[in-house]
Amino acid sequence: MTTSENSVARAAPGNVQAADRGGPAQPLVIARDLKRHFPVRKGIFNRKASAVRAVDGISFTVRKSETLGIVGESGCGKSTTARLLVGLIGLDEGDLIFDGEKLGEELSLNDLWSGVQMVFQDSYASLNPRLTIEETIAFGPKMRGVAAPEARRLAHELLERVGLAPARFAGRYPHELSGGQRQRVNIARSLAMKPRLIILDEAVSALDKSVEAQVLNLLRELKAEFDLTFVFISHDLNVVRYVSDRIMVMYLGEVVEIGPVDAIWNHRAHPYTQALFAAMPSMDPDNRTQVPPLAGDPPNPIDPPSGCRFHTRCGFAEPVCGTRKPRVVAVRGDAGHEAACHMLDGQSGHSKAGETGEVRKELGEV
Amino acid sequence: MSEATKGNLLDISNLTVRFHGERTVHAINGLDLTLKPGEILTILGESGSGKSVTLKALLKLLPKKRSEISGAMHVDGVDVLALKGQALSAYRGKTVSMIFQEPALALDPVYTIGDQIAEAVMRHEKVSRKEALAVALDMLKRVRIPSAESRLKNYPHEMSGGMRQRAMIALALACKPDLLLADEPTTALDATVQIQVLLLLRELQREFGMGIIFVTHDIGVAVEISDRIAVMYAGNVVEEGTVAEIIKDPRHPYTQGLLAANLHDADRSQTLASIPGSPPPLDEKPDHCSFAPRCAHARDRCYAALPPVHRPGPGRRVACILEDASDPAEKPGAMAEIH
Repeated sequence: MTTSENSVARAAPGNVQAADRGGPAQPLVIARDLKRHFPVRKGIFNRKASAVRAVDGISFTVRKSETLGIVGESGCGKSTTARLLVGLIGLDEGDLIFDGEKLGEELSLNDLWSGVQMVFQDSYASLNPRLTIEETIAFGPKMRGVAAPEARRLAHELLERVGLAPARFAGRYPHELSGGQRQRVNIARSLAMKPRLIILDEAVSALDKSVEAQVLNLLRELKAEFDLTFVFISHDLNVVRYVSDRIMVMYLGEVVEIGPVDAIWNHRAHPYTQALFAAMPSMDPDNRTQVPPLAGDPPNPIDPPSGCRFHTRCGFAEPVCGTRKPRVVAVRGDAGHEAACHMLDGQSGHSKAGETGEVRKELGEV
Repeated sequence: MSEATKGNLLDISNLTVRFHGERTVHAINGLDLTLKPGEILTILGESGSGKSVTLKALLKLLPKKRSEISGAMHVDGVDVLALKGQALSAYRGKTVSMIFQEPALALDPVYTIGDQIAEAVMRHEKVSRKEALAVALDMLKRVRIPSAESRLKNYPHEMSGGMRQRAMIALALACKPDLLLADEPTTALDATVQIQVLLLLRELQREFGMGIIFVTHDIGVAVEISDRIAVMYAGNVVEEGTVAEIIKDPRHPYTQGLLAANLHDADRSQTLASIPGSPPPLDEKPDHCSFAPRCAHARDRCYAALPPVHRPGPGRRVACILEDASDPAEKPGAMAEIH
């Protein structure tokens, strides 16, 4: 992980936040039909036997200055999506448009790297154990051509900003810090690159609850101060609700529902979203969960079910769900809130169809 | 055992665990804990609070050379610290059994699930292999593993995470232990699988009637599974009570902070009420309230001595000076209760 991040750092010249090119209405990221499959090889000739369909045709946008939360279970492709957005792994198919410029055409990977940073879950593994944290934070800017004393000054300033007194912490190595402190260093390091978009992949999941709240407060302050856009990946729905403006729910490499946080919280359109929310511990001792919302584990993404991928675990599944892929439909006529379920699509042939949804005109359009 | 502790399945009194090595760590500092038969108690705490060490001490799994254990632990009246040899092997798995956070590491990768369960049954029940395999099959069915007959012949790597955790529960319960220790058994599972395993444990508890000590850092999980909650901080219990008491009427500032940090129904327009700082390093034996440096209510008295333990009702305790005013039973000797 460290090497790829260092190459991110090396890529861009100068040390200023990339200018806003498309204006406030232009989404910061438009992802169109992203696809990434990982081959599974077998036998002595490394024959490609099958593929993990980690991200299988997903489309979404990230607006400027918003926080998009991505939720889903293990194997649903949320981390692969994050790595695609940062350019750590390449796309098989699909377009990534960053502030109006298409990756691979107007925008080179190097340009992308000047605007996007990532914070990982494992705060220890993502830091170089041989560098002091001051060196770690200054490394990126130095590679971009910032003079060493200036980079060092920037590192101290950022350490101060994330709540680690430079006099006490600048010379320490990662193993001398607690998990929460290390994650603050990771955040400072990403800020040193003056990014516009920060991808937080389960960045607070490994922290203790009391420390998690501190880091979430810090992220909130930094977002306003540096005018950042976040993509926040987590399995903890309470955390996602607190930080996000919009939520995207993924299941086996596909987006099943996306919309503003309150719209989804008040009206969960897709049966998987409903199950995922119902699986949250209730926090009410008089009203504990009695029946698990879903049986069994998520299926293997190597060979996902046909039609709607959720039909094998869905309580409302009908024959049409196993044969035809559901269309993306606006929920209750709200264009910002969409879900992919036959029950919301008036023309799908599902017996419960068309109660609250409207067919979206064109597929893939965002 | 004193008169008051009779009828308890588990009795821990004044347990102290210290680790020696490059530096000394005071992991557990004078812990008192009791459990009645058939009760589910959750130990709630953050990393380093001593919750896992408590469980390991109960099974005598702590490294002998490096750990120094004092105090007393009784399970079913048996003195755990005095156990050794044959008696200890009979105790582990039969009287007390444990499930771990990561079933992929806890199960043996080179034996089938059926073999592993049967081995434990043969060891403790002195039955034939055939009978033991029948028990294993029955257990797999009880933990609701689909097509249990074929799963019996599966190796751990052939199962999904949720299925492995079910298999480990089957293994732990195969000899019908009186006490089950569960060390964050759902932390590595997905949310939809976690709730299935929690409900299964609740169901099996009713079926088998064993007592459970469940260790977690997640308040939501504690609410779903337990009858009582003991909140641990820096190697001791700071607050204990029924689930409803802890959730609806948290008294200790640390418990209050944990509840706020859970973000359940948190107002998005507000900054989170977080606990500042981080847990103490425990290099030295605490001689004052360990939470004081992070506490908004701390005063000089908190740094002068260990906090008094108040017991406003049966099974309820709060170790904080803030309770002084609200506790009519406070007497000069209250300080002595902790040590």
